[in-house]
Amino acid sequence: MSEAQQNGDEAMTVIGISFGNANSSLSFTGSDGNVDLIPNQDGDRSIPSALAYVGEDEYHGLQAKAQLIRNSTNTVVNFRDFIGKSFSDIDPTYSHRSARPVEQEGVVGYKIVTSSEEGAEPEFVSVSEIAKRHLLRLKGSAEDFLGKALTGAVITVPTDFTPKQREELNAIATSAGIHVLQIVPEPVSALLAYDAATHGAFPKDRIVVVVDFGYTRSDGAVIAVRGGMYTVLATAHNYELGGASLDDSLADHFAKEFEKKNGIDPRKESARSIAKLLAECEITRKTLSASNSATISIESLAGGFDFHSNINRLRFEMLARKQFDNAVSFVEVLVKKAGLDVLDVDEVVLAGGSSHTPKILDRLQAVFPESTHIAAPSSSAKALNPAELIARGAAVQASLIAGFEQSDIDESLQPVVTNAPHLAKAVGVVVADSKFFPLLESYTAVPVRRSAIFDVPAEGGDVLVGIYEAEREILTHKVERIAKDTTEEDDLDDDDEPFSDEEDEETREKVLKPTTKIAEAVIKGTKTGGKVEVVLNITADLKVSIAVREIGGAAVRGDVPAAEVQK
Amino acid sequence: MTAVLPSAKTGLAEFTSYGALSAHIPRAIEPLGPQYLSHARRMLRGRTWSEDERIQAELNVKSIEDEEVSEDEEEEDAAMLARDPKDWKNQDHYQVLGLSKYRYKATDEQIRRAHRKKVLKHHPDKRAQAGDNEDDGFFKCIQKAMEILSDPVRRRQFDSVDEGANVPAPSKKSKGNFYRQWGAAFEAEGRFSKKTPVPKLGDEKSSKAEVDHFYNFFYSFDSWRTFEYLDEDVPDDSDNRDHKRHIERKNKAARQKHKTEDTARLRKMVDDCLSVDPRMKMFKEAEKKAKEQRKWEREADARKAAEDAKKAKEEAEQKAKEDEEKVKEEREKSKKAKEAAKNAKKKNRRVIKGAVKDANYFVEGAASGAAIDAALNETDSLLEKIDDSALADLVQKLAGQADAAAARGLFAEAASSIGGEWKVFAA
Ligand SMILES: Nc1ncnc2c1ncn2[C@@H]1O[C@H](COP(=O)(O)OP(=O)(O)O)[C@@H](O)[C@H]1O
Repeated sequence: MSEAQQNGDEAMTVIGISFGNANSSLSFTGSDGNVDLIPNQDGDRSIPSALAYVGEDEYHGLQAKAQLIRNSTNTVVNFRDFIGKSFSDIDPTYSHRSARPVEQEGVVGYKIVTSSEEGAEPEFVSVSEIAKRHLLRLKGSAEDFLGKALTGAVITVPTDFTPKQREELNAIATSAGIHVLQIVPEPVSALLAYDAATHGAFPKDRIVVVVDFGYTRSDGAVIAVRGGMYTVLATAHNYELGGASLDDSLADHFAKEFEKKNGIDPRKESARSIAKLLAECEITRKTLSASNSATISIESLAGGFDFHSNINRLRFEMLARKQFDNAVSFVEVLVKKAGLDVLDVDEVVLAGGSSHTPKILDRLQAVFPESTHIAAPSSSAKALNPAELIARGAAVQASLIAGFEQSDIDESLQPVVTNAPHLAKAVGVVVADSKFFPLLESYTAVPVRRSAIFDVPAEGGDVLVGIYEAEREILTHKVERIAKDTTEEDDLDDDDEPFSDEEDEETREKVLKPTTKIAEAVIKGTKTGGKVEVVLNITADLKVSIAVREIGGAAVRGDVPAAEVQK
Repeated sequence: MTAVLPSAKTGLAEFTSYGALSAHIPRAIEPLGPQYLSHARRMLRGRTWSEDERIQAELNVKSIEDEEVSEDEEEEDAAMLARDPKDWKNQDHYQVLGLSKYRYKATDEQIRRAHRKKVLKHHPDKRAQAGDNEDDGFFKCIQKAMEILSDPVRRRQFDSVDEGANVPAPSKKSKGNFYRQWGAAFEAEGRFSKKTPVPKLGDEKSSKAEVDHFYNFFYSFDSWRTFEYLDEDVPDDSDNRDHKRHIERKNKAARQKHKTEDTARLRKMVDDCLSVDPRMKMFKEAEKKAKEQRKWEREADARKAAEDAKKAKEEAEQKAKEDEEKVKEEREKSKKAKEAAKNAKKKNRRVIKGAVKDANYFVEGAASGAAIDAALNETDSLLEKIDDSALADLVQKLAGQADAAAARGLFAEAASSIGGEWKVFAA
């Protein structure tokens, strides 16, 4: 590779690029080690993935998005998902109010007028060319901001990007003069950023659900974090859920209100009326994320009438109830797909711009047990901006690998390195009261080594170290429902109570039950107040070596061979 | 916070291996983060892989993305594609999404996927490319289908009247397989049940309890089926309130009527099925048999007593017969013995008399008549008095005794043992 990095001296300028279908973001790691976003020349940190052509002039980002109102047919948006796809495989729904995708000689692109000459014929511009121009703009913004030429970038894509799409994106970036260090999946990137900011280099073992509520689509992944490594257990995608569908609910509401007043339905009036209405609805909706009410004001919305109105958050949440229902079932289905129960989920990390919506957090809190921590901006003021998480992770990864030869990076991405046997069950020690103390959780990649320190009984003496495999069990306890007084509550907000009155409440609890004994070791004559260290070593072919010793004493060692039939 | 280890019982080995770990799960670690770098470094250090290992690794990658389940796509018939979206009430929403096979059984996920597939294919912006500009009719049908099937309430309303999911009940005279035909009809009917699980019709092996449960369930069927979907449109204009109210009333009455009819229909269906259910006859017969069995058991004591008495009587008879035979045999035997003894006696007498003669009547020289008489008289008298065994004894001793004196001695011995006055046989 021509731009291969040299180890050491030569200053590396690497960034992370989150290439969203709706918005893109740039990120970098500063000299102080802190990760931050790079604003473009307009000062935007969330840069619409949009290009618009007015005569010979090209507009990018927010300026391009603004062109959706007066110049929609020469404005391209939501094109990222078309990269590397054939015409029959693309969903043109979100291009309906902008330049529409067409096929020319088997290539997907747009017919766009890029000349100010009178009667100029539209010209075919492929999706790849649009993407290249977008990346060129991003590269320019980054280099402007950093004052240096980029040496490489990590780019994020959704998990459903096919190998062909990744390849095409790599080629496009290269043609835009960007050296791609690595293409990484969005949810893992978001989690990496979250962990780097909150856990440091050694994140705790846990199961995390990452949900990315974007503009046109929502994506989710269940990720097992084990020994600081990430294994994706399941993913889900919903191409009809996101900010756009929330905007639609709001637009419908305002359109009806407008029609009642003025006798004209702006949705039927003109493409321009619709574009105006949707643009303002998005702004209103964002306001409602931070405030309890918002105003909307649109000059000359339709038929020459202006529109002024306001709405409170509760009303909006009722209007979009169906979308919130969808968001909930989306997450529930995702957890099920991973073969897990909501009790297995230790943490939920919300990403994507639409995750700012407070109701999403509300509804998800009702899905997960109290023990599940949900990281969302509306849950804590300190929380990271969900819209920035994905980009931040890319910057973290970029600075991690910046010093390596590209060939080394490529080698480390081979299946022969990424693919690893994972433990089917948790492995640990049975402690007092027959409780199971896990040393290694299920889905831990092997080979692995783990140790833990235990207390001996108060009187010391001979202690038993039983190593077991364990399985998760869910216990349900019935709780008598305390008759609640049925004062008529605000019936606007009764949408979250799925309980009918006669139902008894149930509490559910997760326990690890030891199922198979692997080995047993005995430490003779431990001292009062002594401590015992247990070290487990598991090889790639599942041989277990165990070393147990009283701190300051000699070790008892033993091996457990792998099963014969293991294939 | 550390956990406390339990105490060990005495006599345990220092280390015992019990069992291997469960088989592993192949998964890909995401190549991100500092710990992955360490992992990669460990894996890559001084290692080279054979082509084979690389291929194997590639094969083992488990895709966590949903494979596009390329089910054979349902054919889209021309009449459906040409549907007028305004006539959506009569549209088969499942067919429009290519889910005719699934209908009420389709999961939300299936519906979402099916819809997406149809959108990709029929989006008007794609058709515009193909030249048929204004034609977004079928796309509207797709959107309507999705609107209804993705809303749980509206989906139920449609499912309530979805002809495509109905499985007509067979006629009572149907010659087909009872369980298959009626089973399918009841399975379809069961979709309307508020209560789950819905019992199955079962087969000839079902227990009576199961069958009873099945019929009880359907006789007290709690159905969510509603008939709003068949409502006449209520006019939206507020000018004609009366007319609006009239339509609403009409709709309400119609729903009620449909509901009543539906309940009656199901009841008749259950009646019909029950009346031809071959298991009913089986159960009746089994019941009869069981009854007989019970009666049989109830009468067991009396029967046993009678049987015992009969047996005792038979045994007694048998014994009497045997005894009688024994007596008869004995009698015969003693008779024979007596005869034999008599014969032996006769013979012995002859021998004795012969011996007397042989001993020349116990005189020297020619025996006189008187001597003969005396000897014979004495012999007769001896024979009269001697018992059988002494006689036999004497006979035996006399045998081969040629000496007259010795013979007389024997006679004298016998006579003295009898006792009495003897002349010839005097000692
Ligand atoms: N503060 C906010 N409150 C609610 N929605 C927001 C907010 N900020 C951004 N969004 C929404 O987030 C969506 C864009 O999300 P993003 O993650 O950037 O999109 P994508 O991943 O699809 O490129 C838009 O619909 C936008 O309206």
